[in-house]
Parts: sequence; C-alpha cells; structure tokens
Amino acid sequence: MGMTMTQKILAAHAGLPEVHAGDLIEAKLDIVLGNDVTTPVAIGVFEKAGFTEVFDREKIVIALDHYTPCKDIKSAELCVTAREFAKKHNITHLYDVGTVGIEHALLPEQGIVGPGDCIIGADSHTCTYGALGAFSTGVGSTDMAAGMASGLNWFRVPSAIKVELKGKLQPYVSGKDVILHLIGMIGVDGALYQSLEFTGEGVSELSMDDRFTISNMAIEAGGKNGIFPVDEKTMEYISGRFGREPAVYEADEDAEYERVVTIDLSELRPTVSLPHLPSNTRTVDEAAGMPIQQVVIGSCTNGRMSDMRVAASILEGHKVADGVRCIIIPATQQIYLDCLKEGLLETFVKAGCAVSAPTCGPCLGGHMGVMADGERAVATTNRNFVGRMGHTGSEVILASPAVAAASAIAGCVASPEA
Amino acid sequence: MRGKVWKYGDHIDTDVIIPARYLNNPDPAELASHCMVDIDESFAGSVQNGDIMVGGWNFGCGSSREHAPVAIQASGISCVIAASFARIFYRNSINIGFPILECPEASEAIRAGDIVSVDTATGVITDETTGETFQAKPFPAFIEQIIDSGGLLSYLKSKQDKK
Repeated sequence: MGMTMTQKILAAHAGLPEVHAGDLIEAKLDIVLGNDVTTPVAIGVFEKAGFTEVFDREKIVIALDHYTPCKDIKSAELCVTAREFAKKHNITHLYDVGTVGIEHALLPEQGIVGPGDCIIGADSHTCTYGALGAFSTGVGSTDMAAGMASGLNWFRVPSAIKVELKGKLQPYVSGKDVILHLIGMIGVDGALYQSLEFTGEGVSELSMDDRFTISNMAIEAGGKNGIFPVDEKTMEYISGRFGREPAVYEADEDAEYERVVTIDLSELRPTVSLPHLPSNTRTVDEAAGMPIQQVVIGSCTNGRMSDMRVAASILEGHKVADGVRCIIIPATQQIYLDCLKEGLLETFVKAGCAVSAPTCGPCLGGHMGVMADGERAVATTNRNFVGRMGHTGSEVILASPAVAAASAIAGCVASPEA
Repeated sequence: MRGKVWKYGDHIDTDVIIPARYLNNPDPAELASHCMVDIDESFAGSVQNGDIMVGGWNFGCGSSREHAPVAIQASGISCVIAASFARIFYRNSINIGFPILECPEASEAIRAGDIVSVDTATGVITDETTGETFQAKPFPAFIEQIIDSGGLLSYLKSKQDKK
C-alpha cells in the first residue's frame, strides 16, 4: 500500500521506509514555533522539567504577535519571559514589535519554512505551511517544550481525505470561499485526526496566498494538517527566500484515502460562515442584508498582500458605512510596507478604515477591536465561536476580504460583485 | 475517580473553556477561576474536587491553548469523558498527564449531576446513579507510558537521563 504526501514526510522524518495510518512515531522537527501566549507556558514546562539547553537555537521561532504591541501589564510580562528566554539561549528567530508579523504569514515570507519540512507550532493555525508542501501542525505548549528540548515529537500518523480540486475560481471568489465551502460540506470535525490532501488540476489555478488561506483553516475541519503538492508556483514563491534545499514529496498512486471530496472551483460562490461555527456556511446571497457594526480584514488567514489588494480595489473611492468600524491589519511589516508603496494605506484611510500594526488582536478578542454585547462583525478571520471577538452576546461572520470590504461599504453583509 | 458530572454538548471549543481575555495570566488557579464562564457561569464557583466533566463530539476544538486542559484540571475536575476529542486538546491532555476518556456511549447516556466512577487503567466508566457501565477506548501503550510518567516532559527527561 502506498503513502500519502503527509505520510511520506512523516516517514522521512522518523527515519522509516514506510508508515501507516494509526502508527505512533517519533519524528525529527525542522522548526518549533511559539507565540507570546503559548511560549511562556512552554518555557515554564521546559525549565520545571530540568532542561537547560535547547536542541538547536536556529530551529526555534518565537513570534510575539498575539497581544502585541502589549495590551496590558500581564501581556507585557509574558513578552518579557519570552524575550529573556530567547536571549539566554541565543535564539536566532525572535520576532518582536517592529519586526514581528502574524506568525503564519511571517514564517513563509521570511523563508523559515519550506517544502518537505516537519514543523510543529504552539498555535493551532500552524497547519498553514501545508500550502508549501510541508507537514505542519498545531500543538500545545508542552509539545513545544518537548520540541525545544529534543528536536523530536510524537505523532499518530493520520489517515487522509483527498480533496480533488477542478476548474477555476470566478472573480471575487478566493481561497477563503474554497475552505469555508469545504468545512460546510464535511463539518468542524469532518477531518478529525486526519490530513486533508489537496490535489487535482484546480490546484495550479490557486495562488500561493489562496493556498495559505486554505491550509490555514484545515484545523477548522478538525484536521491535523492540510497539504498541497509542490508545483511551479511553490518553487517561484520560495525562490530567494528559503535557504535550505527543498524536499519535494508526492503521494503514491496507490495511497489510501478514507474518502474523496471533489470541489469544482468554477461553481463556488462567495461564501460566509454564520455564528457560531465555521461549518455554518451560506452563500453571500443567502446572508446579504444582515446588519453589522464592525469589519476586520486581516489575520493569519487573510492578512496577506493579495487580501490587502482586493480589499483596496473594492474600498477605493468609497466610504465605510455610518455606524460601521472597519479595521485593517496587514499581517507583516513587509506587507504593511508594500501597502504603503502601492498607495493602499491611503485608500484605506480615505475610505474611513483604521489601519493597525501587525497583530492577531481582534481575531481572538484580545485587543484592537473587541466587541460589546449585541454587536456583529464580518471578519476575514478563522473562528466564529461564542465570545471569540468579545462579549458572548457578540457575533462573528467569517468571510473573504472581498465580501468584508463590500460589507463595510454597505453596512451589512454584501456581495462584492454588485 | 468518583464524582458528580458536569455535562456539556458537542463542539465545546477552547474559547469557551478558557476565553482568550484570560490568557494573559497562565497561572493554573487563575485560569480555573474563569473556566467555562462563557457557557456556564456556575461552574467555576461550584465545581468540587474529583468531579467529572462529560462532553459530546469534538470536545476541545479550536485554539491550541494548553491553558484549556490546565484550567479544567486546576478547577478540580478529575477526568473528562467525551464522544470524541479535538486532536490538539487530546495531545495537550496526555502531555500534561490529565486523564481523558473517549466513549460515545457514556457521553450519550450520562446525565448532568449523576455520580460517576472511572477506572482509568481499565477504561471502565460506571454511572452509579443509573447503574450503567461503559467501556472507553484504551490508550496505546506508548501513550500510557507518557501518562504514567506524569506527562511528556517527565517522560522525555527520564529517557534523556538514562542515556
């Protein structure tokens, strides 16, 4: 029996000729990641267990992105803990205010992760790097501590769902609509413990930014990871960024999949997820007209340059509706700079949007856009659980940057096609 | 383990187990004081040491925050029984040595307030209120070793020290 792409990467990192779904293996890690919320907990666990050395100071990444620039004294103390640890162990990749971006936009951009890598991150959206053809998954702080100490971690080899993509996306339909549609089809635990293996002729039609968005939300279907094959677009993206030799893996012809899901990209409509589960999907047409008080365009899901460009193209020459607050967060300093150079910041400000330094902030109800009881947002983020962006009586509707920008102008959920 | 049951539904996410607004202080007792507050304000104030939490499908979905199983454990809950667990919550619980049991039948049948006893070694769950018994899925041997060591880091350290 052949192996899936995920299984091949895991086998290679476990030093085994082959692995099978359900096997428990120990695999070598190429990168171990944490943020300002999870790293301090990992440091506590690491030190309490009596470890004094990290396995490789160049393979640990600490990105202070969640509550930064620090929202309060407690958050500032978490950052101090992380900074002191990074200094003590001479960690190469510490990203702090001024260099930090939202981790899952930052690591690919900086060429820290690439094809064939085995990556863990103490952040559930670490699955994003599957877009580059890497095995990459979210873990907890104790896993991060174990990874920092040993460069190894345990995995249960996942079985797989094959997601066959065909056709080509229509205008104003993006990777966000693909992944929301898929989660709507299979449910928030539809891929529990499994890998989502994207394949088919439709893959080549998707930009790298679309692929990052799709892999990013594999966790919202319960998935362990969401992985794309490596093609010309991948190689073009990593060219000049990724310093290591990329390892390109392909699924075997006879790889085993528990199920196959087919999506015709050309048939997809702009899609939204209504409160309070990402699987509660509707087409934008079905949700149009729902009043909103806030729009957030940003996050590890949709804060990349193509997201900024599509939002600006819709906001250009328009004003954010009365009674709506539109918050735009370019995901990294580089994206912020590119927005500046391309004149997008001017477009946003003239339209009446607030533009922020990179932060996860509002996505998890941390800061920079927390909502009161009874308020509703359209957000390009990834979760719409009860209380996710603030009060338990507030609501989040997940959408693409195009839908979010159109909704900001309309003052209600609106299609970008109008 | 024996205690009173706190029962919750499907897809209990880590944002309701411990909302992000409390993640700026990772002290376990502090986390416990806010545990479940967004769906059950009575929990943190009334839970007794040894009580048992029962959830439905996909328990612990969402964020990777280890603060979630830490908050539940620090609140006094002795173990969580669910129909299924989201994978990061599952890992995190094992890694911190917190017992969790996967058993759809028990999750379905056990009611809030029942007195339940659990034998984590055998996976046998007994609802003393109704007299029903259930068999949870056993852990693979490797995972048993981690739990028996008191968590992943103790396991790793003892392995490293032996070298």
